[in-house]
Amino acid sequence: MTTLKQTPSQTLGPFFAYGLTPEQYGYAHRGIAGNTLAVPGVPGEHVRIEGRIFDGAGAPIDDAMIEIWQADTDGNYADADRDEAGSTAAFSGFGRCGSDDDGGFWFVTIKPGAIGDGLAPHIGVIVQARGILNHAFTRIYFADEADANGADPVLKSVPENRRNTMIAARSEAPAGPVYRFDIHMQGDDETVFFDV
Amino acid sequence: MTNNPYRPRDWHSHPPSIYPDYKSTVLRNPKKPLIPIRQSLTEITGPVYGHDAVGPLDHDLTKNAAKNGEPIGERIIVTGRVLDEDGRPVPNTLIEIWQANAAGRYIHVKEVHDAPLDPNFLGAGRFMTDESGQYRFITIKPGSYPWGNHVNAWRPAHIHFSLFGQAFATRLVTQMYFEGDPTFAYDPIFNSIPDEAARQRLVANFSMDLTEPEWAHAYVFDIVLRGRHATPMED
Repeated sequence: MTTLKQTPSQTLGPFFAYGLTPEQYGYAHRGIAGNTLAVPGVPGEHVRIEGRIFDGAGAPIDDAMIEIWQADTDGNYADADRDEAGSTAAFSGFGRCGSDDDGGFWFVTIKPGAIGDGLAPHIGVIVQARGILNHAFTRIYFADEADANGADPVLKSVPENRRNTMIAARSEAPAGPVYRFDIHMQGDDETVFFDV
Repeated sequence: MTNNPYRPRDWHSHPPSIYPDYKSTVLRNPKKPLIPIRQSLTEITGPVYGHDAVGPLDHDLTKNAAKNGEPIGERIIVTGRVLDEDGRPVPNTLIEIWQANAAGRYIHVKEVHDAPLDPNFLGAGRFMTDESGQYRFITIKPGSYPWGNHVNAWRPAHIHFSLFGQAFATRLVTQMYFEGDPTFAYDPIFNSIPDEAARQRLVANFSMDLTEPEWAHAYVFDIVLRGRHATPMED
């Protein structure tokens, strides 16, 4: 039995950038996190994640904010109070990116290790935008982890024909591996969102 | 250390995802049911920020972007506590705020409302809650501003709040409103919350006790994040 009621959620609106993603438009304000999580020297495979976000009519959403939260290459979170192993890497694991005019977003990060409990390597994602009253939770999984993905209890709980919406396809670019992760808020390809 | 999972989002307190009176919700939110998952470390851990993430002026929006003086408008104190559903303080958690200036104008590059910018006001700040979950901002009371949702649509004056809490699962983005705003009844974002008592939890109350003589009115806004279940995660 709880004693207090939760504070209701509201949209972050269209004008969050100067506060939350100020680098996006060159505001002088300094953000607490950007979309480059991994600087050279951080252990692990350095990768780029990129995608676009679309509404139910297929139009790009140009005022979304995508946040990611992930473990390091050993599967440890940089939160020593709550992850007993605790990451020792110089890697915060948290990133934020505002979408551009084409709905595009990207992160430079490392591919996370598996965190245990039979879960395949993945990245937690929170999606917000003007018009989103309750932020949406999803996950990024990795297409080159087919065996681990096949055993992952969360992926297995999702109807088979929707699992691919969470699995980022891998390609090799001159600068390194790129994972493609598009987000569809609605429609035939609607991304799987969780009740966390 | 406790790794108990968090209680679910209370869907009696939060708005529905699609609320047609707020037109932008219609195409931008899931239509398929959300899929329940068991919380893992991904959900019960969260970004950690040290006190060095917050600069000495970050909490004072009347000073943190000042160029040649103080911003125009009514100086106010906005303060409160961040608690969980069990009434426990949420210490050392980062709060980010952003808002329009006194004229109802946001500094965002795509904002076109015909109202003046203030050269001494950005409208963004942050604070790390103390051991008792307390926070305190100094700012300027924001103006109401018009938007395109419907004819003669005006947002009640508000301040946007973004919080992490102690986990990815407890993230909350919301808006704080001001007691007595005349436009509440006409605002579909405020009214997307179906429960009147829940809506009122977003309305900051004027406090004479915390108002400082010859200086600033004070408004109190407490924030309640998801609490933890009493039992640990099962293996």
